[in-house]
Amino acid sequence: MTTISETRLSTLQVVSYFFVTVWLVIAAGPFLWTVWGSFKVQGDFFSKADWTNAIYGIFTQRETGAAFTFNGYYGAWIVEEFWRNVVNTSIIVFFTVVISLTIGTIGGYALARSGYRYAFWILMLALVFRAMPHITLVSGYMLPFFEWNIWGLKITTIVVLVAINQPFTLWMLHSFFLKIPKDMDESAMIDGCTQFQAFRYVIVPVMWPGVITTGLFSFLLAYNDYAVTSMLLSKPNETMVPAVASFLGTVQVQGNIMFAVAAVVSSTAPLFLLIMFFQRQIVSGLTAGAVKG
Amino acid sequence: MKHHTFFWFILPTLSAMVLFIALPIVSVIVQSLFVEHEKVLIVSKSCDPFGCTETTKIDAEATANLRADQPLGRFNGLGTYFDRSHLATKEVAKIWSSSNGYSSFLSGLMDLKFYKAMIFTLTYTFTVTPMVLVLGFAIAVGVNNLPKALRGIAIFISLLPFLVATIVGSMILSWMVDGEGIIGALLQNIFNDPTLSIKSSAPLTWIMLIFYGVWHTLPFSFITFYAGLQTVPSDILEAALIDGANKWQSMMQIVVPYLMPIVSFVTLMLLMDNFRVFEPIISFQAEAHAQSLSTFIQSDLREAGNPLYASASATSMLTIIGVIILLTPVLIRTWQDFNQKMH
Repeated sequence: MTTISETRLSTLQVVSYFFVTVWLVIAAGPFLWTVWGSFKVQGDFFSKADWTNAIYGIFTQRETGAAFTFNGYYGAWIVEEFWRNVVNTSIIVFFTVVISLTIGTIGGYALARSGYRYAFWILMLALVFRAMPHITLVSGYMLPFFEWNIWGLKITTIVVLVAINQPFTLWMLHSFFLKIPKDMDESAMIDGCTQFQAFRYVIVPVMWPGVITTGLFSFLLAYNDYAVTSMLLSKPNETMVPAVASFLGTVQVQGNIMFAVAAVVSSTAPLFLLIMFFQRQIVSGLTAGAVKG
Repeated sequence: MKHHTFFWFILPTLSAMVLFIALPIVSVIVQSLFVEHEKVLIVSKSCDPFGCTETTKIDAEATANLRADQPLGRFNGLGTYFDRSHLATKEVAKIWSSSNGYSSFLSGLMDLKFYKAMIFTLTYTFTVTPMVLVLGFAIAVGVNNLPKALRGIAIFISLLPFLVATIVGSMILSWMVDGEGIIGALLQNIFNDPTLSIKSSAPLTWIMLIFYGVWHTLPFSFITFYAGLQTVPSDILEAALIDGANKWQSMMQIVVPYLMPIVSFVTLMLLMDNFRVFEPIISFQAEAHAQSLSTFIQSDLREAGNPLYASASATSMLTIIGVIILLTPVLIRTWQDFNQKMH
C-alpha cells in the first residue's frame, strides 16, 4: 500500500517539478537576461548573429575593452538625468502612501465597525470604482485640470493617486479590521473612551501588520502607475515609469537603447528588494480577499 | 458605531473618492456631449479685372478666443457616440447589409476604430483570463508538491513578473522578441525566415500581447490558489484516499469545489484588470495592429496640440458601460449574499 502510493507520488512529483521549472524559467529568464545585458553594449544585447555574444560580451570587449560596461547606466542617470525621475518618484510615492493609509485606515475601521446598510453600499461603490479603467478617469481630469492650471504638478498627481488607491485600501483594511475582535474597542468605550480614543489607544497599537501589508500595495500602485503619471505630469515632474516609456520614443532614434535598458533595470531593482524583505506580507495581502480563516 | 462618528471617520476617504473618481465620471459624461468648436472661417472676396474670387481663411484669433471662452466646445448631444469612430451605426448597417455571413461582417467591423478596439479588448480579456486560471491552478498544485524549502524560492521568483510595472515588464519582453533580440532571432532561425517579425504581423502581435498578459498575471492566480490549497482540510482528502479515490479524482471532486469561492474572486479580479489592458500595447508599440479601449482613449487625449476630449470621453463612457456589464453578475451575487445574511 505504502510503496504503491509512494511510487505514484514520485511520478506526479516529477511532472510537477518539470512544470514548475518551466514556469520559473519563463518567469525569471527575461529579468536575468536584461540585468546581464544592461552591462553590455547594444551590439551584444541585440545579438542576432550569435546569442552567446550577449553572454560573453564580444562587442562590449571590442568597444570598451572590458566584458562589462556601465555606459548604459551613465547615459541614463547622468546624460538623460534619470536621477530627477527617481527623486520625483520618491516624493510622489511617499506622500501617496502616507496620505492614502491615513485616510484609508480610519475609513476602513469605520466600515468594519458600522453594521448599517450604508456601509455595505459604500463598499459596493468602492468595488465599482476599483474596476474603472484609470485612463477613463484621466480623460475626466484633463480638461478641468488645464482650466484650473493645476495640470502637471506633483501635488495634483499625489491627490489623484491617493483617490484611485482608496477603493482597494478600504476593502483590504475593512477585512483586516473585521478580524480584530470588536470587544477590544467596545470595552474601551464602556470605560469611557470616545470612539476616536478607542481607535487611537486600542486599535492603532495592534493594526500595524494589516497597515503595512496594505501600504505595500499602495506603494506598488503608485510606483508602477503609468496611465495617470504619464498623462498628468509635466516633463520636469515626470516619474520613473513614464520616463522609461518616453525613452522608447527618443532614445531608440539616437541608437542609445542601452540607456532605456539601464533605466528599466534601475527602476526594477527596488521591487526586487521589496519582494525579498516583504514576501510574506505581499502573499498574505494578495490572498486577503480570497482566503478566509 | 453612531451615524455621526461614522460620518467623520469616512469623510476623508469618501470625499477623495467622490471628488476624484465620481466627479471625473460626471465630467466625462458632460464632455462626451460636447464637441470641439469648428474653426472660424472668414470669407473674403477679392476682385480683379478678370472677375471676383472668394477665398476662405481660418481666423486663428477668433478660433482661439472661442476655444478659450467655451473650453467644452459646442453642444453635440449624443452625436459623438454614434459617429464614425465610435458606435458608427450608419457604417455598421451598411456593412451588415453588404456582407454575406458573419466572417465578412466581422472583418468589416475591424475597419471601424471603436469596434477594432472593442474586439481586441474582449479577445484579450476572454483568452487571458481562462488561461491564467487553469495554468495558475496547475502551478499551485505543482508548487504544493515541492519540498518546503523550495516553495519560498518558487514564490519569490514568481512574484517578479507580477509586481514589476506593466510598462517595464512588457518593455523587457519586447526587446527579447524584437527581430534582433534573442527570442525574435530564435524564431527566425526555427522558421528559417530572416524577415519574420512578430511586431509587423497583426495575428502574431495579438498572440504576443496575450502571452505577455498570461506571463504578467499568472503569479496572482497561482499564489492565491496556492494559499487556498493550504486551507483544504487534510482529513477529507485522507477519507477520499481510503475510499479508493486516486489523486486526480480527489483533486477534481474535493479540492476544486472547495476552492470555488477563490476561483470566483480571482476571476473577478482578472476580468477587471484585463479589461483595461493598456500598458503592454504602449510598450510593444503595437498600436498599429492592436488597439484596446484604453489605448484608444489615450491616443485621443495625446492628439498633439488639441486633445479630442469629446471623442475620448465618449469612448470612456462606452468603456464604463462595458465594465458595469462585466461586473453585474458579481454585484447581484454580493447583494444576494448580503440579503441572506440580513434575514
